[in-house]
Amino acid sequence: MKVALFVPCFINVLYPKVGIATLELLEKLGCEVVVPPDQTCCGQPMATAGCHDDAAAAEALFVDNFAGFEAIIGPSASCVQHIRKHLFAIAQTDAVKHVRAHTFELVEFVHDILAVRDFPWARLDKLIGLHNSCSALRSLDQAATSELPEQRVSKARTLLEGVAGIRFAEPKRPDECCGFGGVFSVFEEAVSVRMGQDKVADHAQAGAELIVSADTSCLMHQQGCAQRQGRSIGFAHIAQVLNGDLS
Amino acid sequence: MSRVDHAGHAREFLRDEAHRQFHDQRLWELREKRDAQSRAVPEWERLREAASAIKTHTLSQLADYLEQFEAAARANGVTVHWARDGTEHNAIVHRLLAAAGVDTLVKSKSMLMEECELRPFLEARGITVMETDLGERIQQLDKQPPSHVVVPAVHKLRGDVSEVFHHTLGTEAGCEDVPTLARAQREHTRPFYARAQAGMTGANFLVAETGAVVVCTNEGNADLSANVPPLHIVSAGIEKLIPRQADLGLFVRLLSRSALGSPITQYTSHFRAPREGGAMHIVLVDNGRSTRLKQDRFWSSLKCIRCGACMNTCPVYRRSGGLSYGAVYPGPIGAVIDPTFNLHRYSQLPYASTLNGSCTQVCPVKINLHEQIYAWRQVIAEADELPPARRRLMRVLGRTLGDPARFRAAVRIGGALRRRLPRLLLYLPLNTWGRGRELPPMPKETFQEWYRRERGRDKP
Ligand code: SF4
Repeated sequence: MKVALFVPCFINVLYPKVGIATLELLEKLGCEVVVPPDQTCCGQPMATAGCHDDAAAAEALFVDNFAGFEAIIGPSASCVQHIRKHLFAIAQTDAVKHVRAHTFELVEFVHDILAVRDFPWARLDKLIGLHNSCSALRSLDQAATSELPEQRVSKARTLLEGVAGIRFAEPKRPDECCGFGGVFSVFEEAVSVRMGQDKVADHAQAGAELIVSADTSCLMHQQGCAQRQGRSIGFAHIAQVLNGDLS
Repeated sequence: MSRVDHAGHAREFLRDEAHRQFHDQRLWELREKRDAQSRAVPEWERLREAASAIKTHTLSQLADYLEQFEAAARANGVTVHWARDGTEHNAIVHRLLAAAGVDTLVKSKSMLMEECELRPFLEARGITVMETDLGERIQQLDKQPPSHVVVPAVHKLRGDVSEVFHHTLGTEAGCEDVPTLARAQREHTRPFYARAQAGMTGANFLVAETGAVVVCTNEGNADLSANVPPLHIVSAGIEKLIPRQADLGLFVRLLSRSALGSPITQYTSHFRAPREGGAMHIVLVDNGRSTRLKQDRFWSSLKCIRCGACMNTCPVYRRSGGLSYGAVYPGPIGAVIDPTFNLHRYSQLPYASTLNGSCTQVCPVKINLHEQIYAWRQVIAEADELPPARRRLMRVLGRTLGDPARFRAAVRIGGALRRRLPRLLLYLPLNTWGRGRELPPMPKETFQEWYRRERGRDKP
């Protein structure tokens, strides 16, 4: 299967290892992966601030880069959510509609479309804290939430269960937001940091050695809070775990 | 009026460890009780669907239902008044009170009366107004507005209440025994029921078919306020309507489960007609509601039944306190309706959200709260209500991210700075991020650089 890899701007710049792990994982799973060289960002940072005008150029560029592909895979639920639900600063041409309908978040792509469950090359003997981002939970419906009675499999957890050795810590508030929230993290710095500290503390009290998430932005925020507090807990993107980078 | 600085107020709130922890924990417990209650009702999601549909239907024919309600209430012997805004509402109430020679009024909890600022209006005209809801009374004695629509003093610790009561009701200094404090309050309040010549209540629901006013409380104070004095005045927003008596059960099942995680409020009181020898008036208030009803993206906020569940679940509300919103309505529903009262003043509130969506999932009438919060940001940016520095930041960011060459140049310069600048200098411009967080380490190359190096530019 030929797919295009979308590496969100902050992953490209700050977390190249997450991009590399995503690329290698998709290749291991038999995909032919193309990386459009001129990609930058999906427009989300400006749009979440309400500035859709300022997001228009990035959105148009995103569509130019990816319109030629049948599947566009990005290792970030919040970016994929933006593309699917909020990419409306530009005219909704067929190309735009196509891109919006064919962009997938890595976990859902592996879980739903490739339907892979085993990652025999990976092993991780750790108690991990799984952090599902709010976009993954309440927008992309990737797991059950504590608010709704409905039972739903956690796609991220199902995938991680295919990695030998992994055990799961059970935090008290598994789906409480960690407080990143894009512009929120700087507009509402004090609350954001408090939420991040609380999130890390909840995982730590549950015994987690490593917090794993499919959203690097949440991890960046939580890791920043944890480091400032001198906590030793580790952080990893789910692609790194599934690709066996931590084995 | 200047912009409410929610972020600044929140920072203040978070400084006090004891209050911060208690507030978060107390409201989280309500959320958990609500979860347990909702799971005990197998048809919970269908109830939410139905409640949302009934409210949507009612709002779509609001004028008809209002007329039906007015006719039914009149037939029951109730006088119905219409108020365009808070000013008209207060004038009507004052006229009724003055005509009856009222100098003392008992009232139960009503967010609408807060909206209209009725209490200061009446007090300025020499009328004593007694709040009979315990939490609301605590707030009145402390000269603070309510911080939550259901539990108005939830931000206060027991010690805070003890102190307020000591200074105002003369309870023993340092007494933190809850029954003692509650008794002191009750003993102080009770005589007012007998003394007052009028009582006011809000309304949780107005039944169009019967003209009934339904009030839900846990303390029974609305019943005393309505039934002891000879004059009962109800203040109700025009969105409180439901079509039929038969629809009521659905809402009653949802309300207290969502609000406090209890199956039902202690009292669900139906007021339909004046009691013998008494008079009953209903003031139907618009105060911006009909304007809201015309707003494409925001009209459904009128479905709200003021259960407060969105506040209890909101991780930002729990960590900033209701007073930090500087508005009658705090939390997610506040962020959605406060800007309709004053866009400039409340333009920061839609940014006091991570858009996590938990509010939308607990709302018993399925208001898409987080989507409306998102939409308000667009309105605010377009109305030029974003502070200039933030607006500029977004312009620069948008220009950089919208052009691959500019993006690559920015990454190069930014990377060099990050690698060379001493830590202290580095954190200066990034002060807001760096105040409580470290920056991720700067890798030696970007993903795209790695890819070009490892895989070659043209390799697919
Ligand atoms: S918006 Fe929904 S959850 Fe919030 S107070 Fe209103 S009804 Fe309750």
